[in-house]
Amino acid sequence: MLVVKCPVCGAEGDETDFHAAGQAHVRRPATYDPAHVTDEEQRDYLFIRHNPKGLHFERWRCDRGCGKWFHAARDTVTMEFKAFYGITELPPAELMAQAKGTWAEYFANRLKAESSKESGA
Amino acid sequence: MKPRYSVFSLARNAMNYHKDWERAWRSPNPKAEYDAVIVGAGGHGLATAYYLAKNHKMTNIAVVEKGWLGGGNTGRNTTIIRSNYLQDPSIAIYELARSLYEDLSQDLNYNVMFSPRGVLMLCQTQHEFRAFQRTAHANRLAGLDCRMVTPAEVKEIVPIINDDPNCRYPILGAYYQPRGGTGRHDAVAWGYARGADSMGVDIIQNCEVTGIQRDGGKVVGLETTRGVIRTKKIGVVTAGHVSTIMDMAGVRMPIESQCLQALVSEPIKPVIDCVVMANTVHGYMSQSDKGELVIGGGTDPYNNYSQRGSFPALEHTVAALVETFPIISRLRMLRMWGGIVDMTGDRSPIISKTPVDGLYVNCGWGTGGFKAIPGSGWVFADTIANDRPHPIAEPFGLNRFQEGRLIDESVAAAVAH
Repeated sequence: MLVVKCPVCGAEGDETDFHAAGQAHVRRPATYDPAHVTDEEQRDYLFIRHNPKGLHFERWRCDRGCGKWFHAARDTVTMEFKAFYGITELPPAELMAQAKGTWAEYFANRLKAESSKESGA
Repeated sequence: MKPRYSVFSLARNAMNYHKDWERAWRSPNPKAEYDAVIVGAGGHGLATAYYLAKNHKMTNIAVVEKGWLGGGNTGRNTTIIRSNYLQDPSIAIYELARSLYEDLSQDLNYNVMFSPRGVLMLCQTQHEFRAFQRTAHANRLAGLDCRMVTPAEVKEIVPIINDDPNCRYPILGAYYQPRGGTGRHDAVAWGYARGADSMGVDIIQNCEVTGIQRDGGKVVGLETTRGVIRTKKIGVVTAGHVSTIMDMAGVRMPIESQCLQALVSEPIKPVIDCVVMANTVHGYMSQSDKGELVIGGGTDPYNNYSQRGSFPALEHTVAALVETFPIISRLRMLRMWGGIVDMTGDRSPIISKTPVDGLYVNCGWGTGGFKAIPGSGWVFADTIANDRPHPIAEPFGLNRFQEGRLIDESVAAAVAH
C-alpha cells in the first residue's frame, strides 16, 4: 500500500484516494512542431516508456481531494516516494541529476528555457 | 537421450524406493560460444529453445537465467488456457498455442496436466454481453469452438454461482470455450527444460546478463555474471525485465512493468470444474487438483519491480469473487504472491526482430502469457532460426507502434486473461 501526499492541497492518503497515471515528463512532439512530426516521434510519445528499475518520474491525480494532477518521483523497487511536486514544476535538483535518457534531456531543456527567460527579463 | 518417463519407469523406480531417478536436466557451465542464446528461462524462453532444437535443428544453443528456471511469471500465474480473443492475429497465435497444449504431454514425455475443463467468461452488463457476442462472431469466423451460453446454462455448468437477477451485476449469459482450461504451470517449464536439455541445449541458471556486446549494429556476445558468451543471435524473453535488458542494447521498449497478484485458498472438496472469469467485477477463479481455489484479478495501476502487490488490488479481487460465488466468503486464503508483468499499450505481445542485427525480442504478454507458451515458442524459434518473422508473429512486430497497426485487445481482454 502506497501512502501518497498531494503537493497542491496537502491531503495525505493511501493509493486508493489517488489515481496513478504513468510516466511523467513525456514531450508531445505536435505541441512543438505540428507540421513535421515523424512516425517515430509520435510512437515515442504514445508508447515508448522508460520503465526503469529504480527512480521513476510519474503523474498522479488527487482523486478524492482537490482533484488536481501532480508529479511524483518514486523508486520502482523499494516503492519509496522520493518527492511530490506540482504539475508545472521540476523535481528536486538531486533527483534530476539521477535522471537518464529523454528525462535528462527534458529537464535540461526546461532548465535552459527557464534560465534564458530569467536573463531576458 | 534420456530414459522416457512411463508407467514402467515409475514401477521400476518404485522398486528402488525412488532413489535412482535421473536429474531432469543438467547444470552445465557456459561454453565460450553458442549459435544462439535465449535470455530468460521461463516458459516462453524454454519453449523457444525446445522448438529451436526440435524444429530447426539448432542444438548448440543456451538459455541463460538470472534466477532459477520457471521462477518468474511462469510459476506465478493462474494457469488459464484459452484462445477466444477478438482480433485475427491474436486468435491465430493463441489458438496455435492452445492446440499445441492438447498433446504437449505426449510431445514432451512430461505430464503438463493440460485440463480442457472449459473457460466461462461471464457477461454481467449489457455492454459486456454485446462485446462478447462480437467476439463470438469473430471467433466463429476463425473456426474456434466457442459459443454464447444462457444464464440457465451458466448455472448448470457452475452450480455455485450467484444467479440472483437482482444483484448489482447479474449474470446475463457467458461466453464459453469448452476446450479452454488450465495446465500445470511448473510442469510446462520443467517439461520444456527437460526436452530442450535432452537435445543438447545448455540451460544455465544463476547467470544474470549484465551487457549485450555489439559490433557495427550487430550482436556479437553477452556479458553475464558467469563470463562473456559469444553469440550472433540473442533472443530476449524476460517479461517484466525486458526494458532493462533491451536498454543494454540501446533499444527502448513500449513496455511498462506492473505487478499482477494471485492467491490460493485452503484446499477444499471439488466445487468448481471449469474456469470462471468475471471481467466486469475484475476476478477469475478455478480449482486446482489439490483443491485450492486459484484466484486472480487485475494489475496494480503503477510501475513496480518489487514482486509485491498492494492490498487494495487484492481486496478488490476477493470482494468481486465473494459477490459472484457467495459460498467462498468464509474460506481462508493460504498464499498470495505477485509477478511483474510487461504491459504494452495495446495489450498484445511483441514478437519481433529489433533495430540491432541478431537481437530478437519476445515480450509484452502482460497478464496473459501462460496460455501462449507453446505457440509463442514455436513462432519465436522460427523467427530466430530464419531471421525473419514467422507469418503468425509478423503482426506482432515492434514496428506496429509507429505504423499505427495496433492489435487492440485491451477491450476484448479487459482485466482477465
